[in-house]
Amino acid sequence: MTNQPLVRIRETLGDARLQEAIYAATGRLIEHRRQVVAPEALPDYQELREQARRIKEHTLENLDAYLEQFEAEVRARGGEVVWARDGAEVADFLVELGRRSGARLIVKSKSMTAEEIGLRERLEAQHFEVVETDLGEYIIQLAHERPYHIVAPALHKTRYEVGEIFSQKLGVPRENEPERQTRIARAVLRQKFLAADIGITGANFLVADCGAVVLVENEGNARLTTSAPRIHVAVAGIEKLVPRAQDLAVFLKLLGRSATGQPLTVYTSILSGPRRAGERDGPEQFYVVLLDNGRTRVLAERDKRETLYCIRCGACANHCPVYRRIGGHNYPWVYSGPIGQIASPQFQGLTQDPWLPFASSLCGACAEVCPVKIEIPRLLLELRAEVVKARTRERQNRWERAAFRLWAWVMTRPRVYEALSLAAGLLASEEAGPNWLRRLPALLNAGPLRAWLDYRDLPLPGRSFRQLWRRRTAKVRE
Amino acid sequence: MIAREHILHKVRTALGHSAGRAAAPPPPARLRIPAWEFGERWKRFAAALEKLGGKAVLAAGAAAARQYVATLTGGRPAVASAAPALAAWGITSLPGVRSEFRDDAELRSACASADFGITTAEYALADTGSLALWASPEQTRLISVLPPVHVALVPASGLITGLDELLTLVPRPLENSSALVLVTGPSRTADIEQILVRGVHGPGEIHVIVVEEREERS
Repeated sequence: MTNQPLVRIRETLGDARLQEAIYAATGRLIEHRRQVVAPEALPDYQELREQARRIKEHTLENLDAYLEQFEAEVRARGGEVVWARDGAEVADFLVELGRRSGARLIVKSKSMTAEEIGLRERLEAQHFEVVETDLGEYIIQLAHERPYHIVAPALHKTRYEVGEIFSQKLGVPRENEPERQTRIARAVLRQKFLAADIGITGANFLVADCGAVVLVENEGNARLTTSAPRIHVAVAGIEKLVPRAQDLAVFLKLLGRSATGQPLTVYTSILSGPRRAGERDGPEQFYVVLLDNGRTRVLAERDKRETLYCIRCGACANHCPVYRRIGGHNYPWVYSGPIGQIASPQFQGLTQDPWLPFASSLCGACAEVCPVKIEIPRLLLELRAEVVKARTRERQNRWERAAFRLWAWVMTRPRVYEALSLAAGLLASEEAGPNWLRRLPALLNAGPLRAWLDYRDLPLPGRSFRQLWRRRTAKVRE
Repeated sequence: MIAREHILHKVRTALGHSAGRAAAPPPPARLRIPAWEFGERWKRFAAALEKLGGKAVLAAGAAAARQYVATLTGGRPAVASAAPALAAWGITSLPGVRSEFRDDAELRSACASADFGITTAEYALADTGSLALWASPEQTRLISVLPPVHVALVPASGLITGLDELLTLVPRPLENSSALVLVTGPSRTADIEQILVRGVHGPGEIHVIVVEEREERS
């Protein structure tokens, strides 16, 4: 491990206020979840998990067919599907769309996929005003930070810090009561919703059989983001598909419960296409951007493919003894907690943060609570093995490269080569006869050279071509 | 177009599929519908909604429903949808209630300034205390989200057991509408220190009136 992450982790551990905040918040989320998945509250919880896992497995195994079905269903409802290999392509599409439609103000509801590709920053760089509308995400945007938790982005901020941020950035009188702070945000953001040209959302699920984008939330900001502006763009990873609307019965029950302990979140929007003929509000244009950004690479790894089953509930982080101490900002990527530990190395490459799969006690709490039963501890072990293998390979490569460099140096210098051949002749040993090399002098008798000669005799080099040539020309001259 | 072909190609390579292959049949959908009588459904609905801070009302007929809404709104500005049931139940003729608008812009600004948004809901879900609202030419999306109070009237026949029954009755929910929203209680957040605050962007107050359609004539 390089020192930088360790230093930051020590800072977090030493911050008593922050430790208390993380521990209390995750503790409450644990308790809320426990109440609604307990056998008396949800007798078929385990069957629902089984079914959810089966459906995810099936969907990914048939992903090409479901992607095409989804695209056809969106088109049939008047919407458009845009494919993007990475964040730059998503931004390119949106910038072009914004210019074409004369858009300036964009409202956004919380989306981890958008965080993953830094979408807001990319659009701001192109001079769009982009406003986060989820309260926690809005606070984070004003503070110029990144989300602390998959479902609770401002988990680490106290009301006093929020009061400070609001009064500094919004120029409002300082207000320390969450109730009043919420009113302030409501008033500011209401104007943004009504003036915005484009609404950007993520998607919790994409439904193949009705071309739908499904959004779950509690505040109503996703409803407004998808209803008030004249254009709605949903950005979603290709792994978000489920085959049928009926499958939502399983996933919606699990998602709300696992994330915040709610049997259903306050709002579940199931959307497809622009407003229909006669509808008097809703977007006039509807786009779904299907994002790869490394997902097809993970898909190809059969034994680790289940990383893509994740429905982003955050339960693994809440229950993780490591997350509960080090918090969300000490993970290298936007996905924190155990799911981040298995997703980051696969999406970003093993060598980026090789320590990450090792930062776990393998207690298994994450797998216990995962609503789609991702075997996170097993995947951590696989990734550890890969890190070690890669390191060994790296070491071997270093020696090999050095040996070949030396070889090349000798081979391109005829005098040196000749001198070395002559020197090798001096090493001929008595017992094997004059033309064989059996043992090296003590100084050289080590490492791979010794290993080689312990079991093999090496014929000594005879006369080289250059020697033969010299002798020949000398003879001719005579 | 290049990105599309490229991504699909990578997906197929990852899966070892050739183009044009149809999906294998998915595992059977898992939908469980409990056998609850109306009384049980009502009891569960009211308990679930009130636990979330919403108000559930069982109205014995349209007159009772109308009376409840009249008392609640007290003549303050309200926007009602053009759903036929609201006119039939006499809701749209209550003082302060508007349901006709010159154009879309006027409807939108009325929603933004009204104290109440009044809609019907096709279904109410007993086990979670939810409403199922489809966007339609009569009932727009913003009526139920912009005003600070949402009042929804549901015919008693629409009170079903839950999500599983909804998706059994309507397996393809977006055939005739661009949006289906399930509303479960008032808008809320716990983003600041996990302290519950109601009414963030959507209504902080919700009243659901389940209307029993009894003989009205005296």
